[in-house]
Amino acid sequence: MSDMTQKTSGDSAARYVLELQNISKSFGLVQANKDIDLQIKPGTIHGIIGENGAGKSTLMNILYGLHRADTGQMMIDGAETKVKSSADALSLGIGMVHQHFMLIPRFTVLENVMLGSEGGALLNAGRVATAAKLAELGKSFDMEVDPDALVSDLNVGTRQRVEILKALKSGAKILILDEPTGVLTPQEATQLFEILHRLRESGVTILLITHKLEEIMAITDNVSIMRRGEMVGHRKTNETNPQELAELMVGRKVLLNVEKPTAKPTDVALSVRNLGCMSSGGYKILDDLSFDVRAGEILGIAGVSGNGQTPLMEVLAGMRVPDEGSFDILGKTITPKSVITPRHMRENQIGHIPEDRHKHGLVLSLEAYENMVLGFHNSDITGEKRLMDKQHMLDHCAAKMEQYDIRPRNPKLLASNFSGGNQQKIVVAREMHQNPKLLIVGEPTRGVDVGAIEFIHKELIALRDQGCAIILVSVELDEIMGLSDRILVMNKGQEVATIDGAEASAQKLGLMMAGIADEAAA
Amino acid sequence: MIDFFYQALWTLDATLRVATPLILCAMAGIFSERSGIVDISLEGKLLSGAFVAAAVTALTGSAWVGLFAAMGASVAMSLLHGFACITHRGDQVVSGLAINILASGLTVILGIALFKRGGQTPTLAADERFRPIELWLSETLNGIPVIGPIYKELISGHSLLVYVALACVPLAAFILYRTRFGLRLRAVGEVPIAVDSAGVSVAWLRYRALIIGGLFCGIAGAYLSISHGANFVREMSAGKGYIALAAVIFGNWRPWRAFGACLMFGFLDAITSRMQGVDLPLIGEIPGQLMLALPYILTILLLSGFIGRPSPPSAIGQPYRK
Repeated sequence: MSDMTQKTSGDSAARYVLELQNISKSFGLVQANKDIDLQIKPGTIHGIIGENGAGKSTLMNILYGLHRADTGQMMIDGAETKVKSSADALSLGIGMVHQHFMLIPRFTVLENVMLGSEGGALLNAGRVATAAKLAELGKSFDMEVDPDALVSDLNVGTRQRVEILKALKSGAKILILDEPTGVLTPQEATQLFEILHRLRESGVTILLITHKLEEIMAITDNVSIMRRGEMVGHRKTNETNPQELAELMVGRKVLLNVEKPTAKPTDVALSVRNLGCMSSGGYKILDDLSFDVRAGEILGIAGVSGNGQTPLMEVLAGMRVPDEGSFDILGKTITPKSVITPRHMRENQIGHIPEDRHKHGLVLSLEAYENMVLGFHNSDITGEKRLMDKQHMLDHCAAKMEQYDIRPRNPKLLASNFSGGNQQKIVVAREMHQNPKLLIVGEPTRGVDVGAIEFIHKELIALRDQGCAIILVSVELDEIMGLSDRILVMNKGQEVATIDGAEASAQKLGLMMAGIADEAAA
Repeated sequence: MIDFFYQALWTLDATLRVATPLILCAMAGIFSERSGIVDISLEGKLLSGAFVAAAVTALTGSAWVGLFAAMGASVAMSLLHGFACITHRGDQVVSGLAINILASGLTVILGIALFKRGGQTPTLAADERFRPIELWLSETLNGIPVIGPIYKELISGHSLLVYVALACVPLAAFILYRTRFGLRLRAVGEVPIAVDSAGVSVAWLRYRALIIGGLFCGIAGAYLSISHGANFVREMSAGKGYIALAAVIFGNWRPWRAFGACLMFGFLDAITSRMQGVDLPLIGEIPGQLMLALPYILTILLLSGFIGRPSPPSAIGQPYRK
C-alpha cells in the first residue's frame, strides 16, 4: 500500500484521489442527487454528513457502481473513469462497507471474503491464499477474525470487520463506509475508529457516510455536507464545529409564516416516565425519557434523525412495546407488560401521522378512498351497514378531498398516483377526522410542496386550539420552531433539554442536538 | 434364508431403478433451488424430456440422439422458467406450474400430431434403447457367495443412465462445495445482493443453475421413456418431479442427503409392489396407496417441523431487485 501514497505526492493531476463533478441522479420524480461536486484528498478520512434521505447513500452507490448517475463525471487519480458495475469499482480500488452488511450468514468468514475473487475455478488454492491474506491483513491492522467461523455466529462489530477485510482483500485504496456505527455499541465504534486511523496511516482513503455529528468531529479530516440531494458545503473538520454542521444539515428554509395564537394548555394528556427501548442489537435507543404533553399544546421533538425519535413515536403509536418505564396516555397506563396495538390507540382517539408515509401511512396500491378509512374500518366511516359501504366511503373521501384540497379530486385514484403533498394530506385528513385528543406527528412536511406545508401547519395549529395535545417530531428546525410551544431536544435516545418555543434559535438547538446542553444554555 | 436374501436383493435392485429419475431430478432441483429459484417445474421438465427422448429416438432410431434431444428440450423449459422469473422477475411458483401444465398438454398434442397413437409414441426396439449393461466379471464372480450375487444382481445389470445418475451425486456435491461456481451459486441463493456487490452477475448465475437442472431433468426423462420404458405414455412422469422436490427438501438442499431421500422414496415404491397382497403378521396387508403417499406425508411432517428443521436457501423464491 506504500506505493499508493507515493503516486499521489507532487503530481498535480492526482491531487485528488477521487473527484466528482456535477453528479445528478433521479429516481422517477425524485431527484436524489443534484449537481454534486466532491473532491477527496488521498490518505484522508473524508466525512459526508446529511440527514436520512439527503442522498448520501445514493451518491455512494453511484461511486460503487450499484447505481448509474444520470449526468456528471468521476475522476480517479485525475483520470476520468466510468463505473458501470461493482466489478468496475472493485477493479478501480473502490471498496464499500454497506450499511446493511453484504455477508452471507451461513458462510464462513473465509468463504465470504473469497466470494467474487476466488482465484481459480477450484476453491482449494484460493482458500489457502485467502486465509494467508486474511491473517496478514488482520495482523497489520489489528483486526484478526477466525476465518472458519460462521458469520451467523459473529457479533455485529466483528461482521463489520469482515466487511472491511473483504474490501481490503480485493485491494481497496478508497474505502466507503456507509453509516458504519449505526449498528455498533459505543465500544465497538471506538474500536472501529482505531482501525480507520490505522488504515489512513497506511495510505487508504476513507469516505465516512454518517448523520452523526460527533463521529465527524471525532475522526474526519474533511467533511462535506449534503441536504436534500445537494452538496451544501465543504469544510475542514478542524475549522468547523458541530453547531455549524447541524445548521447546514437541516438547512435554513424561508421562514414559514404560521399564525399561532398563544397556547392555552390544560390537562396532561400524555405523561411519559423513564421510558427506555433497546435495539435488536441490544443497546439503548431510548434512554430514561420523561416528559408531559398537555391538551392544547404542541411539543416539538428536535434532534438529528436517528437519535431515538423513531422508536419514541413507534412506542407512543402502539407499534412497539417499550422495554422500560411507562406512559400514561389519556388516563391509561402503559408499561412494558401491556398489550397494546395501534388499534387500541386509535380507539382511544390517538391519531398518528407516521414519519414514513409510504411504509406506515398509506397502502400505495390501494385507492384513495380505501386509504381514507385505513385503521378506522370498524367505525362508521365505512357506512352504517355490517359490510363496508363503498358508496359511503367514496362520498366520505370526496368530502375530505374537498375539505383538505386534495388534488386530483378522484377518490378512485391509486394512492401512488398522488404527489407527495397530496398523499400526506390524505393521511392528515384521515388521522384528523376522529378529532384526536392526542396526535403524534412525524415529519409532516417531508417531501411536501410549499403550499401543502402551509396548509398542514395551519391544520395542526387549529387542532391544537381545539384542545388536542400534539407531539411533533421533525428534523426541520424551522418547522419545530414555527409550530412548537415547547421543544424537547433528543440526542442518543436521551433528552438533552426542554426549552420554551419562544426561546429557541437555530444556533441554540444546533448545539443541543449535538448533545451539548450546558453551552447552549449559557 | 437364501430366498429372503434374493428377495432383498431384488427389492434393492428395483429401488435403484425407481430412484434413478428421482436422483437426477433432485440434483437438478438442488442446483436451481440453491441459486434461489423455486423449481416446481421439475415435473414438467421430466415429462418433456421423456417425450422428446422417445419421439426423437423413434424418428431417428438412435437412443443417443434421443437423449441429447431430451436434454435440449428440458433446458429449453428451464430457460423459459428463467426468462419468466429471472429476467422478468415473475412469481417462480406460478411460472413453474405453468411449465408443468404446458408440458402435460404439449407432449400429448405433439404425440398425437406426430404418431397418431393417442399421445403415445411407438414402442422402441431393444437396440434403440439404453439397455442393461453387464459389468465386467459379473458372471465369473457370481459363484462367490453373497458378494457374487450382490455384484451381479445389484451393482451390475443396469442401464448406463442409472450409473450416470449415481455419478451425478458426487459431481453435484463437488461442484457445489469445491468450485468457484458452486460457492457463488450457494451465495446467490442466500444473499444475492452480496454476490452482486462482489461484481458477479446474479442473473447469469441463476440461468446457469437452471440450465444444469435442465440437463439433469433431460437425462431423467430419457431414462423413463427410452431406458426403463420403451415408449412415452401420457403423464408418464406421474409426480416423480414432485417427489424429487420433496427429496430435495428432505435432504435439506444437500446432494448426499437428497440422494438418501431419493433412495428411501425409491425403496418405499419398490417395497410397495413387493408387498402387494402379502399379509404381514399382526399388521395385515398394507394398503399400497399409503406407501405411495408416504413421501408426501413425510415431507409435510418435515416442513411442519416434526422431523428436524429444514433450512432452505434464504433468498429462495424472491426475485432479485437492486
